[in-house]
Amino acid sequence: MNFLCQKCNKQKAAVHIMDTFPEKRERHLCEDCAEQEGVIYKKSDETTNELLQEFLSQQKTSTSKKVTVEDAVCDECGTTIRDFQAKGQLGCPHCYHSLRRVIMPLIQRAHEGADQHVGKVPVRADEQVRKQTDLLRLRRELKDAVDQENYELAARLRDEIQSLESA
Amino acid sequence: MNLDQLSTGTGEWLSNQGPDSDVVISSRIRLARNVAGYPFLSTTGDTERMELYRTLEEAVSDLIRDDEAFVVDVDDADEIDRQLMVERHLISRQHATGDGSRGVAIWNDERRAIMMNEEDHLRIQVLRSGLQLEHLWNDIDEFDNRLSKVLDFAYDQQLGFLTACPTNVGTGIRVSVMVHLPALKLTQELDRVIRAARDMRLAVRGMFGEGTDAAGDLYQISNQTTLGKSEAEVIEQFDQDIIPKVVDYERAARGSLTKRHLHQLDDRIFRAYGILANARTIGTEESLALLSHLRMGVHTERFNGIDFQTLSDLFLHVQPAHLQKTASRPLDGAARSIARSALLRERLS
Repeated sequence: MNFLCQKCNKQKAAVHIMDTFPEKRERHLCEDCAEQEGVIYKKSDETTNELLQEFLSQQKTSTSKKVTVEDAVCDECGTTIRDFQAKGQLGCPHCYHSLRRVIMPLIQRAHEGADQHVGKVPVRADEQVRKQTDLLRLRRELKDAVDQENYELAARLRDEIQSLESA
Repeated sequence: MNLDQLSTGTGEWLSNQGPDSDVVISSRIRLARNVAGYPFLSTTGDTERMELYRTLEEAVSDLIRDDEAFVVDVDDADEIDRQLMVERHLISRQHATGDGSRGVAIWNDERRAIMMNEEDHLRIQVLRSGLQLEHLWNDIDEFDNRLSKVLDFAYDQQLGFLTACPTNVGTGIRVSVMVHLPALKLTQELDRVIRAARDMRLAVRGMFGEGTDAAGDLYQISNQTTLGKSEAEVIEQFDQDIIPKVVDYERAARGSLTKRHLHQLDDRIFRAYGILANARTIGTEESLALLSHLRMGVHTERFNGIDFQTLSDLFLHVQPAHLQKTASRPLDGAARSIARSALLRERLS
């Protein structure tokens, strides 16, 4: 069967469905539309690799850099970008620092542009670390509150920030 | 408690007793944690991996009170037991089929399970029926605190908890809510749910989070962003926003089916019952698809020939490893289909 998707009329129909409810009818959709309708599900764990592949191909085309990202290697565990690409996993916590140049843009793309943790701090982490993370979170919440003109909340957050800073 | 005893019953998460359980089957929160000073598992050698496992097992075992939980050495477990734990949502498929020293601590009520040496050193999960994310968060937060008093977690001020895959870095939190959407599937309105979820950067997947089909009209909605949002913010997205929306959509679709297509709806439900109660050989997928229609029948009050407990039991016990566990021996596909039909007839008659 070689016809176009009935929904988008652009791509080739790849999924053929026989609906029987409330009555019988045939539908022919492309993979993208079928996925959108919840008829099929693509494999889930491809996101990281797709992001990484895309990122690496962009790097290759920018010829100005003499050292390509592919040469980056973790000085702690020896993991290279190629290893990361093959396994989808980093080698050790230190990779986040040594492969930073490649990893950071990837992290931002995977997390809606974020590059700063604002969640829980481990119980035994240095009190200072916890304080700084709390402050970062509170300041961001304050900015949101001001943006949303929620001044009551903003005032409360400002007090919290002040008391935390002077603690 | 052990796996043999566990396998005869059904976990609390499938009990149909939680809030909004006409649509929400269960809620789950998982935290990824790694121990500072050890590499991630992709680069550990066998000896180091074993040493790490011993460290993790000891720390986790020390936190188990009385006989509330037991530890399974997954590397040692036979194939049926591994598959059984996957079917009960206690370990991931990856953990079942992986290599090397690894294990899982399972709480007797199956509300908590901790995978050791999976992709990350620790994957702590809590699981409960219905929509109960706040309870779950309190539970897992408290347990995580207890663990972090005995283990130093790899943590960075900027990036938060460091995980093997950068897609989990930050909070390391994965919230997943399993919903039953048979009416939206029938009315072809699932795209509303999928679009709403995508707009919030949430993923929608079939029951076991893999493959291409949603067996039994069961879908799992989960967050993908773990950095730049606090745990509370992630949970709020589910509690306040996406799940209430999905529940409303599904209830509306069920309402419109009973109003506009009552005969066709009844036909679906009663045909499902007819096949399930009479088949002489039946596969997992067909069983789940038909059980899904029975479940919808019970919740729309069109069918009362089955109680919730039996229905929940069947969703679990028609699956391959459960059938083999009941038979106490490995069964090939054909033998499983026969055993499955016998179980269904017995429970539905």
